[in-house]
Amino acid sequence: MNIALLIIFAFALIALFLGIRATHGKKMSVNEFAVGNKGFGTLFIFLLIAGEVYTTFTFLGGSGWAYSNGAAAFYVPAYICLAYVLSYWIAPKIWNYSKDHHIISQPEYFASNYKSPILGLVVSFLGAIALIPYIVIQLKGLGIIVSEASYGGISPIMASTIGAIIITIYVTISGIHGSAWTAVLKDIMILGVIVFLGIYIPYHYFGGVQPLFEAVEKIKPESLTLASSGLSISWFVSTIILNAFGFYLLPNSFSVLLSSKSAKALKKNAITLPLYTLLLLFAFFIGFAAIVEIPGLQGAEGDLSLLRLTIQTFDPWIVGVVGAAGLLTALVPASVMLMSASIGLMTGFYKLVKPKATDRQQLFASKIFVFVIILVAFVFTITGGDALAILNIMSYSLITQLVPALLFSFHKNRILNKFGAMIGILTGVGIVLYAAVTSHKLIDFFPNIPHVINDISTGMIAVIINFVVAIVVSFATNHLVAKEKDTIDTLVA
Amino acid sequence: MKNIKLLLLIPFIGMCLCLPFANKIEPYIFGLPFLLFWIILWMILSSLVLTIVYKLDPENQGGDE
Repeated sequence: MNIALLIIFAFALIALFLGIRATHGKKMSVNEFAVGNKGFGTLFIFLLIAGEVYTTFTFLGGSGWAYSNGAAAFYVPAYICLAYVLSYWIAPKIWNYSKDHHIISQPEYFASNYKSPILGLVVSFLGAIALIPYIVIQLKGLGIIVSEASYGGISPIMASTIGAIIITIYVTISGIHGSAWTAVLKDIMILGVIVFLGIYIPYHYFGGVQPLFEAVEKIKPESLTLASSGLSISWFVSTIILNAFGFYLLPNSFSVLLSSKSAKALKKNAITLPLYTLLLLFAFFIGFAAIVEIPGLQGAEGDLSLLRLTIQTFDPWIVGVVGAAGLLTALVPASVMLMSASIGLMTGFYKLVKPKATDRQQLFASKIFVFVIILVAFVFTITGGDALAILNIMSYSLITQLVPALLFSFHKNRILNKFGAMIGILTGVGIVLYAAVTSHKLIDFFPNIPHVINDISTGMIAVIINFVVAIVVSFATNHLVAKEKDTIDTLVA
Repeated sequence: MKNIKLLLLIPFIGMCLCLPFANKIEPYIFGLPFLLFWIILWMILSSLVLTIVYKLDPENQGGDE
């Protein structure tokens, strides 16, 4: 066993220990498990939300995208920043409603707001479908990181397996508390590692940041601006706007939002988080440095650029620390995703089937869902193969189909009813899946449209159609909803 | 100050609408190619806009924390 592997294992154990200890002295209930009894203050919310950002995607994908696609990678900090701006407006609305109605999950929010348990069911499955690729990304990334950083001492599959086991253990024991505590360790590590690498590497190889970019400009100038077609400006703008809306709709972010102790804590975080996201800049430095220093990584291999460059540059013990940070950036987000997807299915599906379940039964059911979801994710991790970022974008395209239903949920005078919301969502999801399977773009249907329109992200097009369908269906079915209401009113009377 | 939240549109304008004018390498600013600098700049300005909104937002006047 080499020193790097030893360090990674040590951190894995610390994370496991923190995760298990997290609920020490607390009586577990569904509420405690899912949203920490809505008791997290500004700092924990900060760490958990930031945790959603600094995932393995940042670590490998941020530098990997810069390496493979150049400036297109800037979409990541751009959308995250806009998500925070938007959250100042959206997050308190969701939080306030959820507090008044004792809501602990995203499916419950939609079910309660549109008075439709079936909508809750749809949302819970959509959440699980959107999160599973995300969990797969984390497990895959974890496998890659640990395997590379241990100089091949442990295989990616083995590493993914161990990671999956650790997450499952501490999520089932501690729920969101486990994630909160490991998030503390993780953020300290990632901060240290990414800043150190991001400053050391440009200075070590190029003598500064500007010389680094000038070197890149000489060999690959197209990587410093957005392309005129493909990953172009219209792709960039449509993607960042869509993802900004999607950010808090991912069930894991939604859970974190609900776990806040006040609406004010959420607003305060909105101010500081864009600055924290600046750290991504350092990941880009590394990716761009890799363009010059280790050229020739093809396709998904681009995701290895940070690790390969680290191994080429440093002693094994530093590689071990980088590997450990990478491990943690996978564990924390994956655990929140796992927890929120399982709570989503529990509230959206189990409670629908068994509305009178006791708190204990609900908690038990949630834990069963934890096992089911991690198992599915694990199978995909071992069998599937795709670059990290494509899966990431697909997750967002799916979950952002909830945007119209969310926006209209803020209005008292309903324009959307439950039928409209549901059929809109299903239409949008259908389009995203169809486009992903057949890889059709708009140009296949309308051969004459300009690139500016063709490059608009699929998710955005699906949302627009979703929106129109939702409104049309709502108008067409309003009399049904009104009739239903009348029946209920007469029953009550 | 009821519509103070409209200020939140500013970062969207900077990041999205102005992007076509920022999509270039030169001039380098603080060692960064212009496009990257532009995005970083707007991240900082976003935080600033949020601070201003937070201070002026009447909803935050009550102490609930």
